[in-house]
Amino acid sequence: MELKEKIAGNEPFPGIVHDTPGGGIVVSTFDSIINWARSNSLWPLSFATSCCGIEMMSTASAKYDFSRFGFEVARASPRQADVIIIAGTIVNKMAPVLKRLYDQMADPKYVIAMGACAISGGPFFYNTYSVVKGADHIIPVDVYIPGCPPRPEALLHSLISLQEKIKLGMTREQIRGEFKG
Amino acid sequence: MTNEEIKEYITTLAPAATFDETGEWLNIMVTAEELKPLMLALRNGKMQMNYLFCLTCVDFKTHLTMVYHLSATSHRQSIVIKANLNLEQPVIETVCDIWRTAEFLEREVFEMFGVHFTNHPDLRKLILEDDFKGYPLRKDFEDPINMIKL
Amino acid sequence: MYNQTEIIKDTSELGADGELVINMGPQHPATHGVLHLVVTLNGETIKKIEPHLGYIHRSIEKMCESLTYRQFIYVTSRMDYLSSHINNLGCALLVEKGMQIEVPDRAKYVRVILSELTRIASHELWLGAMAMDLGAFTPFFYAFREREMITDIMEDTCGARLTMNYIVPGGLMYDLHPDFQKKVKAFITQFKSKVTEYEDLVTNNVIFQSRTKGVGILSAEDAISYGCTGPVARASGVSCDIRKIYPYEVYDKVQFDEVLETAGDSFARYMVRVKEMNQSIRIIEQLIDNIPEGDFVGKTKNVLKLPKGEFYTRVETARGEFGVYVVSEGGTTPHRIKFRSPGFSNLSVLNHISVGSKIGDLMASMGTLDLVIPDIDR
Repeated sequence: MELKEKIAGNEPFPGIVHDTPGGGIVVSTFDSIINWARSNSLWPLSFATSCCGIEMMSTASAKYDFSRFGFEVARASPRQADVIIIAGTIVNKMAPVLKRLYDQMADPKYVIAMGACAISGGPFFYNTYSVVKGADHIIPVDVYIPGCPPRPEALLHSLISLQEKIKLGMTREQIRGEFKG
Repeated sequence: MTNEEIKEYITTLAPAATFDETGEWLNIMVTAEELKPLMLALRNGKMQMNYLFCLTCVDFKTHLTMVYHLSATSHRQSIVIKANLNLEQPVIETVCDIWRTAEFLEREVFEMFGVHFTNHPDLRKLILEDDFKGYPLRKDFEDPINMIKL
Repeated sequence: MYNQTEIIKDTSELGADGELVINMGPQHPATHGVLHLVVTLNGETIKKIEPHLGYIHRSIEKMCESLTYRQFIYVTSRMDYLSSHINNLGCALLVEKGMQIEVPDRAKYVRVILSELTRIASHELWLGAMAMDLGAFTPFFYAFREREMITDIMEDTCGARLTMNYIVPGGLMYDLHPDFQKKVKAFITQFKSKVTEYEDLVTNNVIFQSRTKGVGILSAEDAISYGCTGPVARASGVSCDIRKIYPYEVYDKVQFDEVLETAGDSFARYMVRVKEMNQSIRIIEQLIDNIPEGDFVGKTKNVLKLPKGEFYTRVETARGEFGVYVVSEGGTTPHRIKFRSPGFSNLSVLNHISVGSKIGDLMASMGTLDLVIPDIDR
């Protein structure tokens, strides 16, 4: 698929280096440099409602460190965060709060839905009167991680996929169009 | 105290009580009006039941039943007190002034079943949204979108 | 919808001494989950705290009325996810009591070992999170190092790291992994060598002690009246360990002490949990070499039906007494199920212990109450 080749053929640093006496000159486009910088320093918002939050904390701790990918500082305030990782079930009472947090984040912002509850309501799908069946009824989601709860390696894989998606530089509709055709 | 002694003691306090010993603990069924004096006597009298560990309500389709599980830290014996309420107007006296744990537990029973507790200091919804309609844990709760009828 | 005007109440309610109402909102970084506290302050002194719950209310009790007796156990793993084995054990004990199922000895020993490992893992995470609330980042990483060893053991035997579904009515789902005993013994050796590290880092730290001593004092009568159980009540001198009073499985065959303190403040609650971890290690050491051979599950029918009546079982989780109350009409699904969660009663004490203290002390009190919000909201 053309998209996958575009990603796989990515050079580690966007740009071509020309060796000239006295140093080197890097030639690139602004877009690729900006996308590369953005993807390597995404700061997550600490938003954990239930069990998946513990796996997110495990990913933050020393064994499966996610700060080596740039997610070092987990900000408490949405005004300073880039990524919101929805870890846990969203219920009817929490939905307006989630929407408000998303609105308070500054562009460009990304959303990761972690766990079966955030994708589709998960184990609480049938016969519950208060669970929102999927966080994408409230806010648009970029990456979905299946699992109940997903392993820390799955969360790391999703963070890397998000980074690749940002480096592509395409909008959500363009990506959807590519995969359909 | 053996079950016989407890039964005699309870009958002196609440003459119309009925007993049921099929389960693990002695179950005592009283009317809603007799409940509060009985609870006061159990807490302050010779049995000294100072630990209320479970307060809930069960919907039996024709009536509601309030269930109180009591125990004591001195002798570790447990008894169960029940009271029947009718479905249209379930009203019962609160036990908050005897055991402080009942404040939150009764608020939860109020929002899930619709039982009104008189003299409760702060009776309003605790867990559900403020504009939620209906009483979810009743058997006649209708929610055609989410509930699959069995 | 979320009203903007809820943040500060009407100005007509501001008293002459300038009360301020703030929200410690549902999303806050003190990693306890979604708890909304409406705090009324006068300067920095707290006048009233009102918890607003329900931000993770997943209607579990209603949902369980349509699940069979084998299916409803997985839901309790997700209620108090830090003591998932112990919650599952409580439900399995209830079904076994109701249907008179025999559990083989091998299963009993392994269930108790897994419960104690879960208790240690829960207390480790509590230690790391509480120290982080008070501003110390390092204990968080040290605590997770031990916790990762325990989740490794769980993953080999049970298949999952956090929400294991291994304890079933009748015994266990599969037999043990062959490396189980070796890994548990390696964990015990590692844990014992690191206990002095925690003492030096946290317990003997002057700042930690002055932030937790004398803060959030709870007397014994109040603890009983508010229905508190677990380490919260034991720190006030109330003896309430279910493993000692109403022993289940093989707890009557092992030697361990019930840890009691009398001060009732946050430091006492902290010390109770740290000493409980040592007692759990003692229990595991007594059992790990003596696991009997045999079946790992007793004989059960395929379709479980509880007879008509009511049943109540209680177990001691890391937070307190977890009770399951089932009213059965003789079918394959329960007519009414009620989970008596320890966090619900422990939370009701928060207003009582914080009135009159400063807002900085609120974090120490809340941290030592060890609340897990999905357990409260169910």
